[in-house]
Amino acid sequence: MAAITQATARFAAGLSLLLLAGAFLVEYAPFADIQALRMLFGTNVLNFALRAAVPLLLGALGGILCERSGIVNIGIEGMMLAGAFAAFVAKTATNHWALGPSLLLGTCATLLTGAAMGLLHALFCLRFGMNQIISGTSLILLSMGISATFFDRDAVAVGTFAPWPVPLLSEWPVIGPLLFNKPPITYVALLTVAVVGFALAHTRWGLRTRAIGEHPRAADTAGVGVAHLQYLNTTLGGALAGLGGGYLVLEAVGQFQEGMTAGRGFIALAAVIFGNWHPVGALGASLLFGYAQAVQNELLLAQVTVLPRHFVSMIPYLVTVIAVSGLAGRVRAPGSLGQPYLRETKA
Amino acid sequence: MAALHMATAVLGAALMSAALMAVLGHNPWEAFTGLAKGSLGTERELAVTVRKTAPFVLTGLSVTLALKAGLFNFGTAGQFLMGSVGAVWMGIQFEALPGWLHLPLALAVGIGSGSVWGAIPGWLKASTGSHEVITTIMLNYVAALFAGWTVFAGSSLSMTRPGPLWDATAGPVSASPDVLASARIPWILGPPLGIHWGVALALLTALLVWWLMERTQFGFELKTVGAKPLAARYAGMRCGWTTVLAMTWAGGLAGLAGAIETLGVHYKFAPEFGGGVGFEGIAVALLGQGHPLGIVLAALLFAVLDAGALRMQFDSGVPSDIIQVIQTFILIFAAAPALATWLLNRVSRTQRASAAAAGRRA
Repeated sequence: MAAITQATARFAAGLSLLLLAGAFLVEYAPFADIQALRMLFGTNVLNFALRAAVPLLLGALGGILCERSGIVNIGIEGMMLAGAFAAFVAKTATNHWALGPSLLLGTCATLLTGAAMGLLHALFCLRFGMNQIISGTSLILLSMGISATFFDRDAVAVGTFAPWPVPLLSEWPVIGPLLFNKPPITYVALLTVAVVGFALAHTRWGLRTRAIGEHPRAADTAGVGVAHLQYLNTTLGGALAGLGGGYLVLEAVGQFQEGMTAGRGFIALAAVIFGNWHPVGALGASLLFGYAQAVQNELLLAQVTVLPRHFVSMIPYLVTVIAVSGLAGRVRAPGSLGQPYLRETKA
Repeated sequence: MAALHMATAVLGAALMSAALMAVLGHNPWEAFTGLAKGSLGTERELAVTVRKTAPFVLTGLSVTLALKAGLFNFGTAGQFLMGSVGAVWMGIQFEALPGWLHLPLALAVGIGSGSVWGAIPGWLKASTGSHEVITTIMLNYVAALFAGWTVFAGSSLSMTRPGPLWDATAGPVSASPDVLASARIPWILGPPLGIHWGVALALLTALLVWWLMERTQFGFELKTVGAKPLAARYAGMRCGWTTVLAMTWAGGLAGLAGAIETLGVHYKFAPEFGGGVGFEGIAVALLGQGHPLGIVLAALLFAVLDAGALRMQFDSGVPSDIIQVIQTFILIFAAAPALATWLLNRVSRTQRASAAAAGRRA
């Protein structure tokens, strides 16, 4: 496991360094005039990549919390959509407030709704013995149905989070505008990688979470409340995934559309797997998938006519399929993932 | 037992939906009668419902077959689209072909396109262990883009050429030309009712799938691989190959659904015809309990919901989008019988309690 984890960390670091090196090249070197390089490493495309990666990353972190506790989370997409819709409802209801409090309320709504979806997932799987994949599916359908039923198509959300430049750091060339002049949820997402990574590896909670995901019976014997921790982690994971959806409304797009998550939750799940169920790995995977979207966007903007635009738009989905397929033997799921842990029934 | 399970699931879903409608401030009774009137009220509405049953039967079978092999086929939407495109490609050309040859060929190309689209995630699963839920869903998006491209009307703005199946006479509309008369599915009952033989074909397919699962060696291997993969391998069954075959069959069934809808109902393909076949197949499969008769009944229920939605909105004011929520309730209660019994017990206990309270007061 340790060796594999190092590999995913190396992948994340390698990809980030490659993109940054490309950005410096385009900024300073005589390569700046080469259009192809600018398209692949320009500030525009890298900013877009990060913007596309943040919801994937938050969804993936939510998925990791859930899956490291042994519960499959197909429902990230539903949690994200519910989060996005809650943010939109809260934001439009408080448009007349000052922008800051209104956005903050939106953030709270998105976290709470996501958490509620996570709790529902745990209830379905643990209390009512539903198949974990079907439970996830029902979360997706539920949030799709509810958001379609209650969506007020005339409502308009006014305003999004503005960038918060970090003092000094944001002045740095290339890195500053790319990483240190971002709206708050982006910082939160990046910080959460570190927090979850550290907590999983070095705290009592992390040890117990890993234990119930690998071998719940052993953990139970050692006195860990398996179901209790599964409820907690699934709820926390739901909140993170919900924030990933809320990010779309509060920071990136500013509005809600029916089905606006458009498969991002499934790509986030792919990032969980491609990142080997590790936060740093998920960061690398999210950057990769976000970058694929950004390149697709650049190609569409540049009106490349070699391929019809429909085929260009397939790139992010195909990259995801290739990523989850090219990993045989290189990733390992938590030992008890997907198998409900049933304590022997009490007499 | 299975019938009881189905009934509990439907009853639980009806209760939850009624509660939701009441919360929205509408009369659930009006909504349900509107739903029934809109789908079963007159001959013509009944015919629409029957016609709408076919794709639900086939996608439900598709999910069921994969599920028996231990696979979650979330790709019915993409397989349906590929089936539609394949059938249309065959159906709009080859004018010289007689009907007895043209229609079966068009259906076969539809089935074939769907099964290829199902076989890809099956093969990926068998050879690399990639999660079929992710790959099938990603391929849904790819299929939607591909199908959209085939009939795309072109755009001078983005300098995109029209797709190969686009109907040049239709102007800027993205749609294929009409399917030739020789490739159209004939009527059982002609217009104005309009029930085509595709419905009978779907029911026949349900029988075929039952026979395949219960009476053939392939079906036995498929179920063994799904239930006990290690035992299956020990018995010398080729698990990977069975996985690929199961997904190929599943894709073919969903592809047939697409072919029937294009050759029997729309007579052409346009991107919006793919809508509405998302995850319903999963709900139909779960409600149908893996039994062909159950699946047909479940499909009929989903067709009723689909056909009656607009009348329900018109009569009671409940937004028709709520159908999706009702479908989800059905899925939830079908997948968790414990939840349905828990809810029904709760309701009957409160009713008994209030009846007892009323008795005391009297």
